[in-house]
Amino acid sequence: MLISKRVSIRLTEIIDDAGRAHDVVHVNHPGDIMAIKPKSRPKRAARKKPAAKKAVPIATNDELLSYYKDMLLIRRFEEKAGQLYGMGLIGGFCHLYIGQEAVVVGMQATAGKNDTVVTSYRDHGHMLACGMDAKGVMAELTGRQGGYSKGKGGSMHMFSREKNFYGGHGIVGAQMPIGTGLAFASKYKGDGGVCHAYCGDGAINQGQIYEAFNMASLWDLPVIYVIENNKYGMGTSIERASAVTELYKRGESFGISGAQVNGMDVLEVRAAAEEAAAWCRAGKGPYILEMKTYRYRGHSMSDPAKYRTKEEVSKVRSESDPIELLRDKIAAARAAREDELKDMDKEAKAIVTAAAEFSQQSPEPDPSELYTDVLVDA
Amino acid sequence: MAIQVLMPALSPTMTEGTIANWMKTEGDKVVSGDVLCEIETDKATMEVEAVDEGVLGKILIAAGTESVAVNTPIAVILEEGEDTSATDSFTTAPASTPEPAAVASIAATDATEPEYTGSTTEMTVREALRDAMAEEMRTDDTVFLMGEEVAQYQGAYKVSQGLLEEFGDKRVIDTPITEHGFTGLGVGAAFGGLKPIVEFMTFNFAMQAVDQIINSAAKTLYMSGGQMGAPMVFRGPNGAAARVAAQHSQCYASWYAHIPGLKVIAPWSGEDAKGLLKAAIRDPNPVICLEHEIMYGQSFAVPDDPDFVVPIGKAKVEKSGSDVTIVAFSICVSYALDAAARLAEEGIDAEVINLRSIRPLDIDTIIQSVQKTNRLITVEEGWAACGIGSEIAAQMMEAAFDFLDAPVHRVAGEDVPMPYAANLEALALPNADKIITAAKAVSYAA
Ligand SMILES: Cc1ncc(C[n+]2csc(CCOP(=O)(O)OP(=O)(O)O)c2C)c(N)n1
Ligand SMILES: [Mg+2]
Repeated sequence: MLISKRVSIRLTEIIDDAGRAHDVVHVNHPGDIMAIKPKSRPKRAARKKPAAKKAVPIATNDELLSYYKDMLLIRRFEEKAGQLYGMGLIGGFCHLYIGQEAVVVGMQATAGKNDTVVTSYRDHGHMLACGMDAKGVMAELTGRQGGYSKGKGGSMHMFSREKNFYGGHGIVGAQMPIGTGLAFASKYKGDGGVCHAYCGDGAINQGQIYEAFNMASLWDLPVIYVIENNKYGMGTSIERASAVTELYKRGESFGISGAQVNGMDVLEVRAAAEEAAAWCRAGKGPYILEMKTYRYRGHSMSDPAKYRTKEEVSKVRSESDPIELLRDKIAAARAAREDELKDMDKEAKAIVTAAAEFSQQSPEPDPSELYTDVLVDA
Repeated sequence: MAIQVLMPALSPTMTEGTIANWMKTEGDKVVSGDVLCEIETDKATMEVEAVDEGVLGKILIAAGTESVAVNTPIAVILEEGEDTSATDSFTTAPASTPEPAAVASIAATDATEPEYTGSTTEMTVREALRDAMAEEMRTDDTVFLMGEEVAQYQGAYKVSQGLLEEFGDKRVIDTPITEHGFTGLGVGAAFGGLKPIVEFMTFNFAMQAVDQIINSAAKTLYMSGGQMGAPMVFRGPNGAAARVAAQHSQCYASWYAHIPGLKVIAPWSGEDAKGLLKAAIRDPNPVICLEHEIMYGQSFAVPDDPDFVVPIGKAKVEKSGSDVTIVAFSICVSYALDAAARLAEEGIDAEVINLRSIRPLDIDTIIQSVQKTNRLITVEEGWAACGIGSEIAAQMMEAAFDFLDAPVHRVAGEDVPMPYAANLEALALPNADKIITAAKAVSYAA
């Protein structure tokens, strides 16, 4: 297991300096989820809920297999993207999600019809998990007409209004106020939607995120801030970038509850997402989920990743790979036979191969596209 | 089937590299994720991982080989059970990459606009702006206003007076002092189907938010291939107020006018204010509305018709004349009209064009005027360097060179941060005297 750290909020400390009462929201099994939520007004005496032990999250066989399928598709897609990059078919920056698959798949397992998603440039996995077509995503990577943005956005800037995916943003941190605005729109329209706004451990030091936290809490906006803590922002480890490395606590000064989650375990992610979504849907405002995860590849394709040891990477790979972890669960539950899993892998590969072919056959955008989509005709 | 491993590009600029080491030897089993070899690029040594499973059938390019072109086959991976003869057909010729696409050119459009002849009411620019917002909010409930002090305080410059009472705090929203954050939030709300009006207390503070305005609001429509943009308005006072010095007195017209994906308007009169702001709110694109604090309190006859809008992208000839064209926007239109009146006394008949929109720029109206007057002066509060006047001068060179009888003259803010002292501030800004001097210079009159 990658994550075994017990979070260290003192449970007795439930009256803060302002005399405000805090509720202990939940405490999962050790090292998993814990959160505090300060009440907005100092209204009643401190109350301490028993730290209820929760059962290890369980899932049906169908659920296990569907998550496996989704995670496998992301992994195979990213491997193929890396390969196409190597062939010069994908240009510029290309950030792979390999190692982090359980985060977005676990989050999306709870997504409702009007929920929205917004993330950074490390976005291929999020798009696939939102149900976007692998062909359209791959063709955008190769800069072709058949891509989601007709080849004009590229790897870092892709969108699908149909699938409620709002990008794909290349400016570190910018997606967090935008996600807060999507939550604002959901609340304004009363459509019941919750926004999942993702950022990295490096991004979380951007000031505009705290501006967004403040407004989200002030206005009780339905947004889950998902911090994908993969330990590095480019070559800078979290310890070298963050004064406080327990990122789920970053909302404390805004009264936002946070929880730390083993982001390598899709079921733990899903359980945390369910709690956070229920919180948001109940009108209680935003929620922070810190996903402890890891990226296997370099930051982007040109990163030799000399800032960490090979042993560190191989240890995570061999001990806490999210797909292997799920495979073990599937085996334990006897949800599928080995050959059935192999078939699923073949299916994922077939989808990805078809996407790669499409992404090379789809023509480059017509030169006339240079001038379209700058403005909407008024 | 046997699979070729190609020399990968490991950075956006890499065209060739050195195979430093093979980590696997022929006959080794490989699974995806295994490191096959190490490659040296101009920048670093990188590991190349296998994507496919199988057996390393053949190494085509030996360790130590330099200048291996990207896409050259370097090895062959065989599926389990496949025999090595499957590697025989593979050569080391690099695969080709597609040629970049050619570039096309832009066509200009033309439109004429009828004069408003309906009833009007005398009101301040401040009230005209408020009425524009109120009318649009009545007809479209996705329109809302947010900004610092816009609700309970009724606006730092009282532009949003009465809106909270009429529309409630769901649609008239006091934000914390957090420009970058609330601008980003506004962009997200626009992506989510709303039409935000984001008020900046002044545009000086929008510098904190310029990333969200440009990178998120202006570019997303393009980057999404037309799927989603940000239908919203950013508005507030711009330019020099009075005696507030350098950090609070700057014109941002040329900053925003530089950006494809934005529209930029700069109302001068009450009619401009109401008609342009209404057009901006209805526009499906992000529009920057540069107002002027000193104009807020000035009164004009403003059209009553709730359907009256001023089309974005059209300039207005405020005074016609035959000797020299003066192009101005925002408060500088007042200076230009003042100068024109005084020039008339000296026998120089100036034409005054109120730009109204900075982007798109109505260059046709300027060209038509210059074809008549053969002389052009531009006026703006902003600095001349890379300013709106510079842009107009450049376009005149391209489109009306043969009609000019004198070089285009730019009257602009002096090339200094805005001083505080009253006398220095007056020296730093454009005014009627400076315009008159320029008009005489381009007319070769004493
Ligand atoms: C405002 C801004 N500053 C810097 C960059 C360059 N940059 C791109 S990604 C990155 C690191 C971000 O790391 P993290 O948030 O941890 O996300 P991860 O890449 O690990 O997913 C940096 C510095 C940028 N794109 N935008
Ligand atoms: Mg990171």
